[in-house]
Amino acid sequence: MTEPSAALAELTEISSQIESAVLFDDKGKVVAATIPDERAAQVAASATALLDQAGQIGGGELTQLEAATGDGSLFVVKDGQRLIAASTSAEPTAGLVFYDLKKCLQASAKPAAKPKPKAAPKPKPKAAAKPKPKPRASRSKSNESS
Amino acid sequence: MSPRRLLALGFAVGSLVGIGLYARRGKGSERIDLYFADGSLVSLHSDSPEARPLLVHARDALRAVAS
Repeated sequence: MTEPSAALAELTEISSQIESAVLFDDKGKVVAATIPDERAAQVAASATALLDQAGQIGGGELTQLEAATGDGSLFVVKDGQRLIAASTSAEPTAGLVFYDLKKCLQASAKPAAKPKPKAAPKPKPKAAAKPKPKPRASRSKSNESS
Repeated sequence: MSPRRLLALGFAVGSLVGIGLYARRGKGSERIDLYFADGSLVSLHSDSPEARPLLVHARDALRAVAS
């Protein structure tokens, strides 16, 4: 797996609107966070409760939500068993925040690229000896004898 | 007071009230937007009884972040 904390670090680097973020699973267990563990656990618990309760509204499967308050907004995005919660300042650009959060979730789930083993150095092909130019066969002129 | 002055005063007061209302626009408005897998969106204003318990959880989370 890609290091989830690396995915979060990239998220906070690329998005100026996101103030803090917590990656957690569907049981509320924190995987990585940009805030201290205790506070991250509280955020994960509240976000899980929020998502569970909100899921009872409407008929379909809830995938993401934005809760806008006077103090700021809370975003929660779900992708299978992985979730991310993020806080922003008031009146953020919701579409951009959702895009960045989804990208971070996908990045945290991607298998890490294994370091490639060093390939044995290929033997250098020997420089092929240049074929010597053949001397042109002199044409015998048919009318030479006359 | 001349009618011209009255008109100017009314215009000034109206402008100030308008600016104040514009500045207050959106302040204190709380809502929850729910996005579903089928692409549908449910927006709950803070006045709705369904939104209140959800906003409590959201405020808890934001408080935990800020503390």
